[in-house]
Amino acid sequence: MNRMREKTMSAVFLISALTSILAVGLICLFLLVNGIPAMRKIGLFNFLLGKEWSPADTPAVFGIFPMILGSLYVTAGAMLIGVLVGVLTAVFLARVCPQKLYKALKPGIELLAGIPSVVYGFFGMAAIVPLTGNSILSACILLGIMILPTIIGVAESAVRAVPEQYYEGALALGAGHYRSVFCVLLPAARSGVLAAVVLGVGRAIGETMAVIMVAGNQARMPVSLFRGVRTLTANIVLEMGYAAELHREALVATGVVLFVFILIINLSFSALKRKAE
Amino acid sequence: MMGRKNASERFMALITWAAAGITLCTLLFLVGFILVKGIPHLKPSLFSLSYNSENVSLMPALVSTVIMTLMALIIAAPPGVFAAIYLTEYARRGNKAVSLVRLTTETLSGIPSIVYGLFGLLFFVTALGWGFSMLAGAFTLSIMILPLIIRSAEEALKAVPDAYREGAFGLGAGKLRTVFRIVLPGAMPGILAGIILAVGRIVGETAALIYTAGTVAQIPVSPMQSARTLSVHMYALSREGLHMDEGCATAAVLLVTVVLINAVSARIAKRIGGKA
Repeated sequence: MNRMREKTMSAVFLISALTSILAVGLICLFLLVNGIPAMRKIGLFNFLLGKEWSPADTPAVFGIFPMILGSLYVTAGAMLIGVLVGVLTAVFLARVCPQKLYKALKPGIELLAGIPSVVYGFFGMAAIVPLTGNSILSACILLGIMILPTIIGVAESAVRAVPEQYYEGALALGAGHYRSVFCVLLPAARSGVLAAVVLGVGRAIGETMAVIMVAGNQARMPVSLFRGVRTLTANIVLEMGYAAELHREALVATGVVLFVFILIINLSFSALKRKAE
Repeated sequence: MMGRKNASERFMALITWAAAGITLCTLLFLVGFILVKGIPHLKPSLFSLSYNSENVSLMPALVSTVIMTLMALIIAAPPGVFAAIYLTEYARRGNKAVSLVRLTTETLSGIPSIVYGLFGLLFFVTALGWGFSMLAGAFTLSIMILPLIIRSAEEALKAVPDAYREGAFGLGAGKLRTVFRIVLPGAMPGILAGIILAVGRIVGETAALIYTAGTVAQIPVSPMQSARTLSVHMYALSREGLHMDEGCATAAVLLVTVVLINAVSARIAKRIGGKA
């Protein structure tokens, strides 16, 4: 009786552990089964590199190159802001910050991480868009803010993980405090910092709601920093509600492209993390 | 020579402080902006039980959020905690299945919510034929929070000292009894902290819900009905663009709710951290 119970429960635990494998399998399966046919019908080349997306035309044209570029531009801009401010803030928190200030700043940054993306989007609509319009720039600024806590968190623990002797050695050789931090500690923590950057890229490229609310969402080739843009994520949310047949499949295929991007980013993140450890 | 060194030292100090200053100002401005814009627009009519375009009530969305959260937790928490038990208590070192579970859990935690939404639409809504419903939304969310629950439960279980297990075995308890009577209670605060964090994720989620739970603005009476959570409500308001004041107020409510949830989680997590 007791043995039976032990046996069944350990089987239950094992099956539970397998749910995440099942989930990833199902997600891959359903995205691919629903997305690949569209890519085949449209032609992989035309789909990925086509510069026009006009599902309402006859015949409809489905090229997601503008959205791929849009996602890349917006992500790159956000990284420029997020990495610069984020890594420096991480250095500040790990090595410069007075204890008292740390106790106030750290929970604040954690708070920033918990704010829902619609609230960010709303903030963007009300505070950033009036200044810079529905544009690439607005999306970059907003996303830059959104990925700050991610980058700060990972980069801070990377800088903290560098052995104290590095810092002391640099001081002993006559380097000042900041020089020791920037020229010795930061390079020593580079795998971890890079992991932070990659994680930030993943967040930025996958962000949906906040971007939709500030980016303007025109499905055309991005022309300027001050004009609107549509990302891959926005494309799915904006048109899924009324899309049918090939249009719908093309949107799922957009999701597949996004998913592949994310998988590549995730794999490089875990490789970097392993290297950092 | 000395002067140049001083100058570069000062420059590095400047940019570090400046970056921290920017972060702090952004934080204060963001939170302050939403609260200042939102709180003055909090009116009793925002909390009336039924939604119409006159009162733009957020109450039905709030109720749906609570129901949705409970449903997703009921679906995700048991397998999540059990998976963690398997990984920490049962799996042998170097087990191939374990590394695959770790890999897929990591993969899940990196997938953006819109991809979950797309999957939910294709699988729960279309393939299983559930339509836009609370149930489809809850299942989609439960996959999304699974890695969070597994990871925090794993950490919490690992933090329970081995002496507890040995003591229990020594007194003649079986493996299962040890897990449920000794290890699990000891790890409870950590598991709870993870679950509360998951609640925060659920409350803040939008993209995974629009095409799974739909956007109906009334309190659902059955799990097969469509309903919008507070975040989806917020998005719908901003899309319509007609009720910006009410949108401000809803944003403030949402912000305060999520921040409180996260603070409680951090509190609990810190308490265990202090004990260990």
